[in-house]
Amino acid sequence: MSGTTKVSQHPDRADQRSGFDEIHVLWISEGMSCDGDTISMTAAGQPAIEDIVLGLVPGLPKVNLHNKVLSPAMGGEDFLAPFRAAARGELEPFILVIEGSIPNQKIIQGDGYWTSFGNDPDTGKPLTLNWWIDHLAPRAWAVVAVGTCATYGGIHAMAGNPTGSMGLADYLGWDFRSQGALPIVNIPGCPIQPENFMETLTWLLYHAAGSAPPPPLDHMLRPQWLFGKTVHEGCDRAAYYEQADFAKDYNSPKCQVKVGCWGPVVNCNVPKRGWMSGVGGCPNVGGICIGCTMPGFPDAFMPFMDEPTGATFSAALIRPYGAVIRRLRGITNMAVNREPKWRHAKAELTSGYDAHWRP
Amino acid sequence: MTATEARGAKRKPAQIVDMSWDPITRIVGNLGIYTKIDFANREVVECHSTSSLFRGYSVFMRGKDPRDAGFITSRICGICGDNHTTCSNYAQQMAYGVKPPMLADTIVNLGEAAEYIFDHTIFQDNLVFVDFCEAMVKSTNPSVLARAERTEARNGAIHGYKTIADIMRAFNPFEGEVYKEALKVSRITREMFCLMEGRHVHPSTLYPGGVGTMPEPTTFTDYLSRLVRVIDFVKKAVAMNDDVFDFFYDALPGYEEVGRRRILLGCWGAWQNPDVCDYRYETMSEWGKAMYVTPGIVVDGKLVTNDLVDINLGIRVLLGSSYYEDWVNEQAFVTHDPLGNAVDMRHPWNQTTVPMPQKRDFSGNYSWVMSPRWYDKKSEEHLALDTGGGPLARLWSTALNGLVDTPYVKATGHSVQISLPKSEQLPEMTLEWKIPQWSNTIERDRARPYFVAYAAAMAFYFLEKAMGFVRAGETKVFENYEVPDEAIGCGFHEAVRGVLSHHLVIKDKKIANYHPYPPTPWNGSPRDMYGTPGPYEDAVMGQPIFEENGPDDFKGVDIMRTVRSFDPCLPCGVHMYLGKNQTLTKLHSPTYGAAHA
Repeated sequence: MSGTTKVSQHPDRADQRSGFDEIHVLWISEGMSCDGDTISMTAAGQPAIEDIVLGLVPGLPKVNLHNKVLSPAMGGEDFLAPFRAAARGELEPFILVIEGSIPNQKIIQGDGYWTSFGNDPDTGKPLTLNWWIDHLAPRAWAVVAVGTCATYGGIHAMAGNPTGSMGLADYLGWDFRSQGALPIVNIPGCPIQPENFMETLTWLLYHAAGSAPPPPLDHMLRPQWLFGKTVHEGCDRAAYYEQADFAKDYNSPKCQVKVGCWGPVVNCNVPKRGWMSGVGGCPNVGGICIGCTMPGFPDAFMPFMDEPTGATFSAALIRPYGAVIRRLRGITNMAVNREPKWRHAKAELTSGYDAHWRP
Repeated sequence: MTATEARGAKRKPAQIVDMSWDPITRIVGNLGIYTKIDFANREVVECHSTSSLFRGYSVFMRGKDPRDAGFITSRICGICGDNHTTCSNYAQQMAYGVKPPMLADTIVNLGEAAEYIFDHTIFQDNLVFVDFCEAMVKSTNPSVLARAERTEARNGAIHGYKTIADIMRAFNPFEGEVYKEALKVSRITREMFCLMEGRHVHPSTLYPGGVGTMPEPTTFTDYLSRLVRVIDFVKKAVAMNDDVFDFFYDALPGYEEVGRRRILLGCWGAWQNPDVCDYRYETMSEWGKAMYVTPGIVVDGKLVTNDLVDINLGIRVLLGSSYYEDWVNEQAFVTHDPLGNAVDMRHPWNQTTVPMPQKRDFSGNYSWVMSPRWYDKKSEEHLALDTGGGPLARLWSTALNGLVDTPYVKATGHSVQISLPKSEQLPEMTLEWKIPQWSNTIERDRARPYFVAYAAAMAFYFLEKAMGFVRAGETKVFENYEVPDEAIGCGFHEAVRGVLSHHLVIKDKKIANYHPYPPTPWNGSPRDMYGTPGPYEDAVMGQPIFEENGPDDFKGVDIMRTVRSFDPCLPCGVHMYLGKNQTLTKLHSPTYGAAHA
């Protein structure tokens, strides 16, 4: 008895499906992680995880979720059973979700370990995350890296780290293909924007059901429709940039590139989508973009609160254009803030009305 | 161990079985629990807890721009990362000598209030309550479920459930009403959070010196309109929790012994009062006492101190069983605090982290975690404080201090009164949390919904303050500063699950030393160099077992309830493996060891 609870009703519209009727999601958050992607996932209402688990989305396979934080199991072997079965080849098909960066076991001399997930039943010694990836990834129908740590290394892989951490594709190889002939599906973000993850998972499940092609990914294995635009392209403060009107500190509602925002060069949809249900975000609500979805995160963006290199140059270029545009718009804005002169209370109609007007 | 010896009079020959759960589910982070259970006498005789993850924040923070610390340390924790950012900014504000505008502190208070409401709700209703749900109780204590079916819920008029079993059914994972409603409420409250701090888990709009949140009237309207929508849920949660927990005491006499330990509670205070707080170390004693959750160390029911300077100077990070080199012979970073008090070499300001991964060896080093303790000058003891999972220590300290006095929350010296306004279904209500008899599993869990009510009530208060500033035109939210060449700072806060401190040393405008101490190292620490065990093991060891199942189909629900009552959050710090507990030798168990066969 592990993983999710009884989902009694038969999956909807099963007759129209050419793919799987049922699939397991084996989620391991024992990478170098804070479990923040699991928690973030529970914030999604579009769709919500319970919508998927309870089978409310028509056309998807029945989903058995095995995630440590949400598992009704007590823990230990009860919880590990499906993972062990999958490693033996006795449980399929499954989607392997890895959360957290992959530490380098090879740099440890002797029997130490950086992170583990359960024990080896024969020896009682901890089983490392690396062991689980080695045994599960080759059998997985699909492999998903959730969050920037798992996709590219993230915080734990920053300069000066003692663990040699890396992303999943660095570990498995960028040309890795799963049993379902899919590359690793990377969903970056520190943490993931909740709906970005649930939407991608849902697409994968449609694909598992045989009713959709695989999700389109870019060269860094990200879903194209989510990461194809920059923060700046979706930011409601970008108009200030166009007018060369920059915030000098964090009190200002204007464009934040001078105070640390990397939005113009970062692939992410958060300002457009909001953080959850359209609420919150980053530069759109006053938080500088620190590039948390990017392969270069965090080192390329530090110190976070200083103006990005390059912004000085581009901001200087936009300055003359922006100054003129801002002034012209100011003039027009004043003009359109005036009411036409025919709106008055005098005993006389001056609107130009002509009852017999013909063109 | 007197209790154990007293019970020993009618003890049966021990029947000891190894039982372990690794990893533990329904918590954040990686935790394993290894026990030996005496099924003949129905008690836990030994408990080890382990987390097998090292990430090394204090290592890779060195040499970085100190202003980055709040962004980076948020990534320590995936459920209360914002508590770290907030605490880091408190420490930095001390180091930089900057006081943020009052509205900025109020916005942070509103964000943190939403965090408490969200986090306690999802943890209690979606993770903890699975241990109290109908499906679980049916499989562990069928006779208790049968009794629950017959027991009328005392507060049924408030929450709408007729029997205790009806409430338990509502807790069933993914299907029960309360479970599903709690997930929805956890989203509404996270939206409230995002309105103040930008993004949930790792905030975007918090800076040392203030916030970037736009203080538009709309920002607060959007927060308020969500807050009023969850008040019915909060009132019902308190009533429902009281019913279920009172029922457990009635149905299982002796349940108060489950997870019970000596009253050794620490609370570092939450929500600054911007009228008083200037973030200077020199005035920390005063502004600490003005916080809206009062700091305090409670030992055996008595308040030992509520002074943040005392609290700060008493913190010791001990080794004993961990995979690190000792730093006690290194050069000190901070010999004296700004008031001239001597700072110990084992204080976080002077700690150096040199990890040494090695084989797990129970007779030697077996732990990634260190053991934070609080040194009590009077008793000369290194106290293994716990946080009671957060709410228990916060309510206890606030109640005893009797300092908090707002229109919504009042501390009386022996209780905390919480007033919640009229909501859609229920009238205005004043809830009262009274200091309980025990520091145990049930009281840790019961305090949680009361603290949700506390946070919701304070959110109304902070909203009134914030809108007052905005209407008066005081909309500044950020104060500028220069990073000094050399400085030190400390921040004290309450993470959702308990005490949180950040200690910072700056040299040449860079981080020379940085040590966050979240709640879980306190609660889940291993034996220290003096042989004192940490609170998890202490609480589990010797606790009675009420589950009806024998060793073959044993679930361990009583043990798991105790562990989860502390709200373990392992990424927050913890890298530990606890070794064999030496007090075992005191047990008179003739067949101990032989029973393994």
